[in-house]
Amino acid sequence: MGLILAILVQGAQMVLVLALAPGLVGFTRKVKARLLRRQGPPILQPYRDLYRLVRKEAVLADNASWLFRNAPYLIFATTWVAAALVPTFATGLHFSWAADLIAITALLGSARFFLALAGMDIGTAFGGIGSSREMLFATLAEPAMIMIVFTVALVAGSTQLSTVAAFMVDHATLRVSLGLALIGLIIVALTENARVPVDNPATHLELTMVHEAMVLEYSGRHLAVIELAAALKLLLYISLIACIFAPWGIARQGDGLLEMAFGVVTFVGKLAVGGFLMVLFETAIAKMRVFRVPEFVGGALMLGFLGTLLLFVSRSF
Amino acid sequence: MPIAAALLSVAGLAGVAVAAPILTARRVRWATPAVYGASLVFSAVLLVCGLFGLLGGSAYWGGVRLPVGLPWVGANFAIDPLSAAFLIIVNLGAVVASFYAVGYGAHEEEPGRVLPFYPAFLAGMNLVVLAADAFSFLVAWEFMSLSSWALVMAHHHDPENRRAGYVYLLMASFGTLMLLLAFGLLAGPDGGYAFAAIRAAGHAPWLSGLVLILMLLGAGSKAGLVPLHVWLPLAHPAAPSHVSALMSGVMTKVAVYGFIRVVFDLAGQPAWWWAVVVLILGAASAVLGVLHAVLQRDLKRLLAYSTVENIGIVFIGLGLGLAFKTNDMAGAAALAVTAAIFHAFNHSLFKSLLFFGAGNVLTGAGERDIEKLGGLIHRMPETAYLFLGGCLAISALPPLNGFVSEWLILQAILISPELPQWALRFLVPASGAMLALAAALAAACFVRAFGITFLSRPRSPAAETAHEVGRWQLRAMYALIAICLVAGIFPGPFLDALSPASQLLVGGAMPKQPILPHLAIIPISESRSSYSGFLVFFFILMASWAAIRVIHNFASRAVRRAPPWDCGFPDPSPQTQYTADSFAQPIRRVFGPIAFRAKVTQTMPPPGDTAPARLTLSLRDLVWEFVYEPLEGAVLYAAERLNVLQFLTIRSYLSLVFAALVLLLVLVATWA
Repeated sequence: MGLILAILVQGAQMVLVLALAPGLVGFTRKVKARLLRRQGPPILQPYRDLYRLVRKEAVLADNASWLFRNAPYLIFATTWVAAALVPTFATGLHFSWAADLIAITALLGSARFFLALAGMDIGTAFGGIGSSREMLFATLAEPAMIMIVFTVALVAGSTQLSTVAAFMVDHATLRVSLGLALIGLIIVALTENARVPVDNPATHLELTMVHEAMVLEYSGRHLAVIELAAALKLLLYISLIACIFAPWGIARQGDGLLEMAFGVVTFVGKLAVGGFLMVLFETAIAKMRVFRVPEFVGGALMLGFLGTLLLFVSRSF
Repeated sequence: MPIAAALLSVAGLAGVAVAAPILTARRVRWATPAVYGASLVFSAVLLVCGLFGLLGGSAYWGGVRLPVGLPWVGANFAIDPLSAAFLIIVNLGAVVASFYAVGYGAHEEEPGRVLPFYPAFLAGMNLVVLAADAFSFLVAWEFMSLSSWALVMAHHHDPENRRAGYVYLLMASFGTLMLLLAFGLLAGPDGGYAFAAIRAAGHAPWLSGLVLILMLLGAGSKAGLVPLHVWLPLAHPAAPSHVSALMSGVMTKVAVYGFIRVVFDLAGQPAWWWAVVVLILGAASAVLGVLHAVLQRDLKRLLAYSTVENIGIVFIGLGLGLAFKTNDMAGAAALAVTAAIFHAFNHSLFKSLLFFGAGNVLTGAGERDIEKLGGLIHRMPETAYLFLGGCLAISALPPLNGFVSEWLILQAILISPELPQWALRFLVPASGAMLALAAALAAACFVRAFGITFLSRPRSPAAETAHEVGRWQLRAMYALIAICLVAGIFPGPFLDALSPASQLLVGGAMPKQPILPHLAIIPISESRSSYSGFLVFFFILMASWAAIRVIHNFASRAVRRAPPWDCGFPDPSPQTQYTADSFAQPIRRVFGPIAFRAKVTQTMPPPGDTAPARLTLSLRDLVWEFVYEPLEGAVLYAAERLNVLQFLTIRSYLSLVFAALVLLLVLVATWA
């Protein structure tokens, strides 16, 4: 019985992240539009877009290979699994020990690997430029992420996110290393989600684009699945930041349904706050040139490294 | 006794090596399958010996002493858990490479230049792993070096290959010289060359330290540690592809074995600065290797540079192992060493797989330059699929095996704040950052390698008319990808199997990996970290299956083929695609100024002038410039100066001999 309940809660987490992800995107678009004094599309627009795209036929380029057709599903599946493994409303979920934070980072790496390959499949200049730049950013963002994971893991004594969240609830103190990790993680999150100082999610057909260039040849259900995966990734990063740096309200292992319901409510609240802050930052800043980005992400790498180094020097930082 | 069976199989391989030239000289038609088939059988026996030695427990360990070699030592051979582990690595690679070669070798133009040396090479590698005294070790090592040199020179008509062979021969002799000195120091003036005698004798700390440096030079030059890696990217691509796979995937592991055997087993208790040296060299190899790899156009050379990277990762693990061992943290040391050996095993699998893939491309399209390939996924679908698997594994992506070993090394790094030495506390996180950087660059490197070679549109007629290769080659690759997947999703039994080896090396073992729940691996304790490749694999499979089923059943499954969109202006010329160089350009621009002193100069003609604009790029290999060129200069300078000695009179020679004699006598008199 306990096992069935545990699996049900885990299933609820998987469904929850999937259901909330497009809503988060819709919310950020709405807030951004309002900040720019535009009306903006309704919050539910991404759900409608997905519904519309899914029902359309997929147009494939003449020389698209099996990789091009299967990559969207693999990207979606790896991102979804990664997002489902980050504690959102409850810690200690049944399968949370299946992968720690390093493995979650690597899962996102798998998704990126397939996305970059899909961008190169047709052999257009745009796809190549997107893949090349995405991999460039990843060469700095991924080690930055690993260094941030190190910092957090050295503070909490574990790379297991459930344990980290539980530790942060119980022993939350202001620490220099965690501050560095937070700034680094925000930079990585902005980079990985192709947000404004790095890339612009709202534009198509600009030479500066990265993510949109890779998915340019996709249409119909394939595009829908990729957009859903991108939304899941945004949700993953916000819930990751929330789980490590603001875990309050999250249901603990052994808590009842009431605490879990409260956890869901606080989680939605955290998503809204996180999305709002991100859009506020995006609106206030201009997009960078591509070759400024390595300096920006390299900053995250240095911050993460500094945090780790401080903790190697003394556990009290 | 596995050791007897193992030695008989090695003798069998030697017999094949002797028989092969007779077969090829008589132009026997079945020479190629016969030689590779016999090599396969003998390697399989050796593989079974290794499996018994590692899994069967102490009943299968033990050694023999043959009455050859040095009269007072004999030739000692033994199987213990460490040699058994590497026996498995060597012979798994050998079995699959022999299988591959049954098909691939049929394309060989001059089989007489490959067939005799191939079994000799296998025999040499096996003897190194089995040797239990310094003399047999060195003889086997030299045998391995020379037979592989002959294989590098198989296609000697190409001047590049001749140069590769020359550089390789130089580096190999240098390495053996260093090993000779290392073993000489360990054996002492009494000549106790048997490993048992070396292990029993105590060694002064300065002597052990010197042995470490000599081993880093000797075994490191064979393994491809920076700055001794320069021969790898020349020699590995020059050999036929199945031999490239063995040299890159397996022979470098034999060098790692030699390093582990001497430094962890024979040289006594390590000092903490050993870890510093090994970590620095490992981290430098990992990053420099992959930075070179990401810029290469030659597919096989790219793979050879990536070997440098992976050897660097193995050495980071070994350096961590040394750091923990010197501080008596047996559990942590066991984790680091097990991770290093597991990564060596994993790398032997996916590197062989990738070299086989490169061999297929070479057979199918006749081209190694990735700038002239493209679109092979349509014409070589199975090779593309298998090569993609290798790329995923080597880029350390879950759920494949490369991720597991790198994850374990990262976990070992997370224990190291408990180390008391300050130098190590600064160095270990830095090497962790380098490891993460290398892994991310490797992903970029293999996206580029796969994307340019197999995806996009063909860039040359050769790529347009490529064809799939035969069944032998593909089946060998299927076997490798299957083992990669199994090691990735069920890593627990592999780690358990390595525990006697880590017990031997550092006096501790990783905790026994639980079968339940759900096959997760636990490096230290469950609350710290765990990873279940099986569950991750299962979830990915289920999630993608569910997505496909739901969308296909309830939405649309219609597909229409159309010309590419490309923002409305698709250009039919394949020239407009991204090339390998343009893909690597951003990475070169970011890392190039530091790693290669990259300089780009553009000359634009003034407006109205019709002269072409020029872009020149200069990349400098700093290792060549700062290590090898000064060395070459010094050797030439010394040779010039000493040249005078060739033209002396007989009187001068006699007086020189006399002076040398007096000098030596004075030295002996003052020291003794």
